Amino acid sequence: MGDDMDIGGAASSAVESFLKETSLYLAPDPEIMENHGLEPRTAFEDQCIAKEKDPVRLEIVRERILAGVNESFEMLENMGAAPGAKWGDCVSAVYTASGDLSLASSGGVVIFCNLVQYPIKFVNKYWANEPTVGIKEGDVFIVNDARYGQAHNTDQSMMMPVFHEGRIVAWAGATVHEGENGAIEPGGMPSLAEQIWDEGLKMSPFKVAENYKLRRDLVTFLQNSVREPKLQYADMKVKMYVCRRIETRIHEAIAEYGVEAVVAALRMNLEDTDAEVRRRLSEWPDGTTRHSWWTDGTLRENVQIKINLELTKKGDELTFDYRGSSPEFTNRSNNSLDITVKGMLAQLFLTFIWPDIPRNQGVLAPMKFIFDNPSVLKPAFGTPNAQSMMTVFTAWSAGQVCAMKFLYSNPHKYTRVLAPWFNMINTFLFGGLTQHGEMVGNVCADINGMGGGALADRDGEHGCAPIFATMSDIGEQEFIEEEMPFIQIVSKKMMKDNQGFGRQRGGMGYQMVLAMRDSPAFGFMLTAMGAKFPNIPGLFGGYGCPTYPLARVSGVDVFDILLKDPGSFRYSIEELMNERPFKDGKYTTHPMTLGYTLAKRGELYMISQGTGGGFGDPLDRDPKDVIRDLDEDLISHDVAWRIYRVVYSRETLLIDELATEEARNAARRARIAASKPFGEFCKEWVKDKPSGKVPYYGSWADKSLVHAGSPDAVHPAGKVNPPVIMTHPLQAKIDRLEAELATCREGKG
Amino acid sequence: MKVFMTSMLTIDLDSERWECASCGHDIGDARDNYKKGLLVRERDPSEVHAPILDAAKYDFTFAPDPDWCRIVEYCCPNCGRLAEVEYLPPGHPPAHDIELDIDALKAQWAKREPLDKPVLGPDFVAPPHSH
Ligand SMILES: [Zn+2]
Repeated sequence: MGDDMDIGGAASSAVESFLKETSLYLAPDPEIMENHGLEPRTAFEDQCIAKEKDPVRLEIVRERILAGVNESFEMLENMGAAPGAKWGDCVSAVYTASGDLSLASSGGVVIFCNLVQYPIKFVNKYWANEPTVGIKEGDVFIVNDARYGQAHNTDQSMMMPVFHEGRIVAWAGATVHEGENGAIEPGGMPSLAEQIWDEGLKMSPFKVAENYKLRRDLVTFLQNSVREPKLQYADMKVKMYVCRRIETRIHEAIAEYGVEAVVAALRMNLEDTDAEVRRRLSEWPDGTTRHSWWTDGTLRENVQIKINLELTKKGDELTFDYRGSSPEFTNRSNNSLDITVKGMLAQLFLTFIWPDIPRNQGVLAPMKFIFDNPSVLKPAFGTPNAQSMMTVFTAWSAGQVCAMKFLYSNPHKYTRVLAPWFNMINTFLFGGLTQHGEMVGNVCADINGMGGGALADRDGEHGCAPIFATMSDIGEQEFIEEEMPFIQIVSKKMMKDNQGFGRQRGGMGYQMVLAMRDSPAFGFMLTAMGAKFPNIPGLFGGYGCPTYPLARVSGVDVFDILLKDPGSFRYSIEELMNERPFKDGKYTTHPMTLGYTLAKRGELYMISQGTGGGFGDPLDRDPKDVIRDLDEDLISHDVAWRIYRVVYSRETLLIDELATEEARNAARRARIAASKPFGEFCKEWVKDKPSGKVPYYGSWADKSLVHAGSPDAVHPAGKVNPPVIMTHPLQAKIDRLEAELATCREGKG
Repeated sequence: MKVFMTSMLTIDLDSERWECASCGHDIGDARDNYKKGLLVRERDPSEVHAPILDAAKYDFTFAPDPDWCRIVEYCCPNCGRLAEVEYLPPGHPPAHDIELDIDALKAQWAKREPLDKPVLGPDFVAPPHSH
């Protein structure tokens, strides 16, 4: 109404239906994908709410349905064939008839809270009245293409309409991080993807089952498109039965409480969540907090990539403004869809800030998001996004820092203020033939061992949980070794000095020293950032994590050494690399971005999990806590003095409190003496562009202008022309070597 | 009335000033960037995150690369306590990280009880042990 283009209701709907019928291809619909808010109430929902509005009764119905969803989640976790399902990288949920996610399972990954709504809305909009498709009782739809609404293409969701007396009253959904999907590399998250066509299966939402039976022709097609056909079939069955269990529980709730109570409970759960989130946001101070962070690679090359966040809170609304972040990399996989960023942020609030809020998409309703379009956080339709975690995790941590700066002053809190959690995938991916002759391709559960951030009055927890799933498991190493042909010779042992220093320190990360043993063909892969620039900061004067390398010892068989000369082995990365105990070994370090590499028996691959950020000034740390860390071999004497300035006896570890106090006062005085007033500092420090020593992507001082690789390649944000196209790393190497060769030849001639 | 904005910074609502939470030192106008009232120094990141692997032997040592990253530390000019630590590429402008609407803050706190210390939030209660 009142549109410039208003051509009258009837005429415009005729145009609309003409366009709809003649569309050659139904791409993801921006009208659906751009809206993370709640759908308007339907007339039926209004009717139901008018009849059922007693909040106590609705809460009983809600808990009843949630119990059904949690039951279905147990099924998913226990029956799911994908390794991801076994550690909780999955979720089941109930959606309203319009497709809004109203109730997610209590376990699992909450990022999906902002994702599966989109494909359901697509099905509602395009397939309901499409004569060749339609939506009937017993139908099940499937999707994996992230651009229609998934975190990444390695996840697969199945969605089933729940009917009552011929009307859709809800949707049931199940999502699993499946792993394999037929991409250019095994495992579903190809770092090598240079085009979306390298990313494997591209399932737009389509009907894959009728009358509660999977269509064998379609299942065969999908099996034929991936490396693990057994897994594809097994988990489709599991997800369908999970949806079916939710359907049963909803039907039972309808039988007991009436359809109006069920529909009203699902709708009011969303509206109440929205209202409660607004009330809680009103308690925050009004203002803006800012945080920029940098990741240091694309997984193919080391480059500096900025993620820029300005978080503004006004009244009962929150705006995440990510403008000024890096341009998109048109032929790299480290771009993240905006819906994935929103899903991760939903989970920041639902698990780290307000864990008592019902887990549904209503949490995002009072929030707005602004991105440069296109950019690394909102790539164009044809840009790969298979390794979206490499930027979305940094975007999440920026959100965590900004939120904490609003939270600290609140007189009423629902959790405690927390320094940044470690956020990167410091774990091995593996693939090849096992000792049992089976072909596998997946990831070590150590992905779930990220160190927790420090709190105002407590140290962070070691190897605690990943940022995307607060309730998850790192698995039993012995079970894994029964199935896989590699051994973690050093496993779950904290890495000394790998600490987020602070008055309270971050939870630390453990080291993993791996060697392959019994396979003719087995390899490892790594996909982590943070070898040049750390992944997370600390909070309020605390420090962040260090950087993390891959360390390797090749040219040895440690199983042989352990047999013949066990005394020569060293049980830490530090000792193995610094002491070099094996005389024939070749000792090297690398960034943690190893392309799939075949391993030789007994060669060592070594990494460390990351530490959470520290909280507050380390010089204020209780000396007793420093000595405890020292006693537990978490820090060295060097750190106890250089960072914490504690004076003690090296023999008895007895603290000299007076000397410690004096040393700390001296350190504070030295700090003052070495520092300058802000204005003076900025005059010397601030440059008008990046140094040029490192390829730089994203804004510098002005967020409306972004660099595209060099100090002088500056473009208006969202309008980078020519777009960023990276050179193939091998080509870059050949070019460099040819230039060297040319110089040498000239020198000789 | 004082509001505890971070563990190192308070705002006095009556005088509209940032103050050091530790020593009470006056830092500056609460409507402005608190960093302007602090002392700052730049550090090579390996002074904090020292190499764990021998830097003479290896390129990657657990210490950040100074061409990529510097640590910028802000301390109270009076007591020398750290209020904030920033990790920045060399030469990148520091963030104006906390910018508050002071009028809105005053209105909000006019309805609240003054606090004598920051509220930490709910205590962690371990779930009952059962199996
Ligand atoms: Zn002070």
